[in-house]
Amino acid sequence: MLVLLRLAFSSLRSRAVTTSLTVFSIALSVLLLIGVDRIRQGVQEGFAGTLSQTDLVVGARGGSLPLLLYSVFHIGTASNEISYSSYEHFRDHPAVLWTIPFSMGDSFHGYRVVATDDNFYEHYRFRRDHSVEFAEGGRAEGIFDAVLGSEVAKQFGYHTGAKLVLSHGLEQVSLFKHADKPFTVVGVLKQTATPVDRTIYITLYGEEAMHVGWEGGTPPALGEAPPTTQIRKEDLHIDTISSFLVRTRSRITTLLLQREINTYKGEPLTAIIPAYTLEDLWNMLGYVDVALSLVSSAVLVVGLVAMLISLYTALNERKREIAILRAVGLHARQIFALFVLESVLITTIGAVVGLVAAYGLLWAFHGPAESHFGIPIAMVGLSTRVMIYLGLVVAGGTLMGCVPAIRSYRIALIEGLNAF
Amino acid sequence: MPAIHLKNVSFGYERQQALLEVPELLIEEGERVFLYGPSGSGKTTLLGLIAGILTAKTGEVEVLGKDLTHLSLSMRDRHRGSEMGYIFQSFNLIPYLSVRQNIGLPCELHAKRRKRITASSIDEEISRIASRLDIGEFLDRPVTRLSTGQQQRVAIARAVIGAPRLVIADEPTSSLDRNRQENFLRLLIELCDETRATLLFVSHDDSLMSRFDRQISVTEINTVVPC
Repeated sequence: MLVLLRLAFSSLRSRAVTTSLTVFSIALSVLLLIGVDRIRQGVQEGFAGTLSQTDLVVGARGGSLPLLLYSVFHIGTASNEISYSSYEHFRDHPAVLWTIPFSMGDSFHGYRVVATDDNFYEHYRFRRDHSVEFAEGGRAEGIFDAVLGSEVAKQFGYHTGAKLVLSHGLEQVSLFKHADKPFTVVGVLKQTATPVDRTIYITLYGEEAMHVGWEGGTPPALGEAPPTTQIRKEDLHIDTISSFLVRTRSRITTLLLQREINTYKGEPLTAIIPAYTLEDLWNMLGYVDVALSLVSSAVLVVGLVAMLISLYTALNERKREIAILRAVGLHARQIFALFVLESVLITTIGAVVGLVAAYGLLWAFHGPAESHFGIPIAMVGLSTRVMIYLGLVVAGGTLMGCVPAIRSYRIALIEGLNAF
Repeated sequence: MPAIHLKNVSFGYERQQALLEVPELLIEEGERVFLYGPSGSGKTTLLGLIAGILTAKTGEVEVLGKDLTHLSLSMRDRHRGSEMGYIFQSFNLIPYLSVRQNIGLPCELHAKRRKRITASSIDEEISRIASRLDIGEFLDRPVTRLSTGQQQRVAIARAVIGAPRLVIADEPTSSLDRNRQENFLRLLIELCDETRATLLFVSHDDSLMSRFDRQISVTEINTVVPC
């Protein structure tokens, strides 16, 4: 058997061009098949890992998916604000363990500015039990203090002490800048591989202070803006926030609280359970997943058929070889095995190359995908689904290999030593 | 002890008329036999029966002490691989193996051939035989770079390595010119003498006949009259 394997290997190597093209086409289809699956699972785990230990996300009345996307993943914008008094009401609710308020709407060169309070540094959790940690400095406490996510700090080379001028709105090139009220970096967070890395955190007071004099929605006219030194916390009044996260005291109260928030008389609110909303999202995207998998399977079939064709057409030139192998004592069954082995080798090498390429690409692109599209992709290991795919590829290759192998078997038996 | 003994053998495909009927053919061990006859006389069929590729319809085909008609297909293949060396008219070599790998192939496949080697390793034996045949310098070349004459000598090396008891050569000189034929034949006979193998040499070229102990005409032993 070992001799056969060596023969099959030498034979493939002698037809290096055809072999590598066939291996390439199979690797490509395996890459697609596994890539689609890995991205799906990576995105799911990436999204799921962004927010942990949060039972409810609460925002203004609206769709549950947009609420989750803007408040946790910073994709899209809030349709409406909620009043701070409603937030206070639920913050002090007996069933609630902690809350984290978020207020959004400003940006810095395309990076989101999120106003929050100490609870964020205290309670925010991702990937089960990781909390945000500081690479340098500490929490934003003063009105014009800012804490940078690791990527923002790296992008601009900012350290503690740097001054930032934030922009009004989320556009990359903003028409209105809060040039009159620069912020000072007081802390830089460690990398989290979540949207936190791409965020600038300020205090809720800072958010209010920034907009003092902006009541009309545009910057205050020259000379009208109050100097920053005159703004004090005591004078600022927080009216609205965008959304908040809730941790309840027990799982049982979560559902009760959710219902209570959804039917809150004071203001139309929406409370969602993040895991359920994500599940809905994946179910919705399931069709895309199926469609992509079907396309990649079709590519795989094309790759296998290409292999079949190349092995089958080579058979006529290999009749001599079959006769020689018969003469040195190989049985027709062993010649069959030799030809099947060639297909198995091609598909196995193709599958391995495709697998390595899929992981290589995933590794190379999970960073850019996160920073450019805000899609967190976790690096995920092999799953049973991937193993099944790989098994199917090799099984399919073996099956395809039987076609030329059966013909070689017949040549070996019928033509014997006379095959020219 | 006979190397080859055919008794009342007949062969034909399916229901077609018999192609070959041999009442008796006896070749003793160690004999140098020249088998000749025009094309279509049944030479190839006869060789197929002796090598165990074809199965006789009736009769007994005894080769090197084994009655092939009672052996299974795979046992006949093993018998052929471990006891016989086979040289074709041309294109004897597997194109994707080096000269060395081509020569060593029977020893790789059959323990019997491996065990009969007198040198300390297969590699050494290959080198020894190759230098006898004057192809020692080509051992690590791809076979496609060899001339026809060199290729045929590599075929001798593969046929005699591991001392098989029977060497069958099917028109091995027809692709060579006159001078090379002489040289090839001399080397083949010398190497068969060294391993005391029986040599069955098939050709339609009568001029080589005189170099053999015994000459057999296929038309004489085959009782089927070609139509």
